[in-house]
Amino acid sequence: MTGKPSSDMIDFSYYPGCSMATTAKECSLSLIQACKYLGLNLIELDDWNCCGSSSAHCIDMQLSFELAVRNLTLAPPHRPLVVMCPSCFRNLRQTKHHLAHSKKLQELVARRHLNPVADNLEIIHFLSVVGKMDLKKLKAKATRSLKGIKIAPYYGCMLAGPPPFKPEPGDSVCIERMLEAFGAQVVLWSNIRWCCGTFLTASKPEVARDAVNTIMESAVASGADCIVTACAMCQINLEMRCTQEKKIPILHFSEILAIAMGADENEWNTWFRYHLVDPRPIFSKLGG
Amino acid sequence: MSGNINIHPEKVRGKSLSEEIRNLCGVDINTCLQCRTCASVCPFYEAMENAPHTLFRKIQYGLREEVLTSSAIWICVGCNTCASQCPAMIDIVAAMDALRHLALEEDIRIPEEDILNFHREVLNSIERYGRTHKLEIMLRYKIKSRHLFSDLDTGVVMLARRKLDLRPSRVHSAKEIKRLFKKAWQKT
Repeated sequence: MTGKPSSDMIDFSYYPGCSMATTAKECSLSLIQACKYLGLNLIELDDWNCCGSSSAHCIDMQLSFELAVRNLTLAPPHRPLVVMCPSCFRNLRQTKHHLAHSKKLQELVARRHLNPVADNLEIIHFLSVVGKMDLKKLKAKATRSLKGIKIAPYYGCMLAGPPPFKPEPGDSVCIERMLEAFGAQVVLWSNIRWCCGTFLTASKPEVARDAVNTIMESAVASGADCIVTACAMCQINLEMRCTQEKKIPILHFSEILAIAMGADENEWNTWFRYHLVDPRPIFSKLGG
Repeated sequence: MSGNINIHPEKVRGKSLSEEIRNLCGVDINTCLQCRTCASVCPFYEAMENAPHTLFRKIQYGLREEVLTSSAIWICVGCNTCASQCPAMIDIVAAMDALRHLALEEDIRIPEEDILNFHREVLNSIERYGRTHKLEIMLRYKIKSRHLFSDLDTGVVMLARRKLDLRPSRVHSAKEIKRLFKKAWQKT
């Protein structure tokens, strides 16, 4: 490890969600490493459950609420709850919003659960945690320049909305600003928030394929070497469903962060082996 | 999103479909302007037999069965691209949740059975383990939908790259999770 672990640590509660443990192991591994460099101490919620994913809110609104609430009651009030998966983030944040606006729901939760959901519990996506950091300090902490790498930043759809949630000022260019601070060349392209098809990948693969190909085609046309995304679902869909002849690797935001902050080649190869489109040729030129 | 979900949905009955949607999720479809913004930004518009704005017009007209048997309400993944641009600020995703709820309640023909089967397998997995076990979800879904051999190559690659775990990750408080699924408890 060439990067230095940070000496002062800030505590956060952490909700990993199902993907981090399975289809996005590389995201989880690189996140843990990036957090060491950044001084973020992620404390996993004890015995968390699935947030209900898209399926609960699609076919059982009540169950969707119940599943998300159980997780929220596990979070202590005095530290923010960091979420890595945008879909979990949306479900948890939306449920908290429903609770805040309904006395009836608050009473119901108080009746059924051992712990209440803290009124002031802050639910925050990891991207915003990093986005709120001082860019100059972040740049000073970086040990490796990403100079020479052209990157298409891709947010996916789940971080925005639903109304009345609006992205915080600056959030819409958060990945771009960070990549530029690390020396990478950010390309401008069109489909930065185009939906990848999420669960249609299972039951209507041809629909997800068309969405994914639209995204990949414009990323490739922009001249990017790789795509960097904040969403684990988008990452796997883009890798799995793209049928374009030319495709570029899709990295999790946490991977590029850990690389810039000091992970070495052996370390990044331990996550890159989980990728279906190999990112190693792009990064080997950076040197270990 | 109004923060107005009804989690005791037996009380939704209303004079019209739009009233029932309002009772379920607080969204008023009658404010739709028919500007077509939703249709022009929807990534899955071509896969739907009714564009979102057409669906809303039919709701305004009270064409209940046509709306509830529409494939569009199942194909919508809730990406919020439409809702974030709707000039009438209609929470379209919440309305779609409500429409699916009503369709399931009516016990009418669901045009996208595969999508429904997939959702059911995801929820079954959460009920069993508290978390999703993706390999089992896919296998059970493929058996149920009789697509056992479709997508086999993708599955093999996913297994080889250790993207699909053989064993599920479990919540320790299994009883607590099972209880969340009990309808009787949900009504307390």
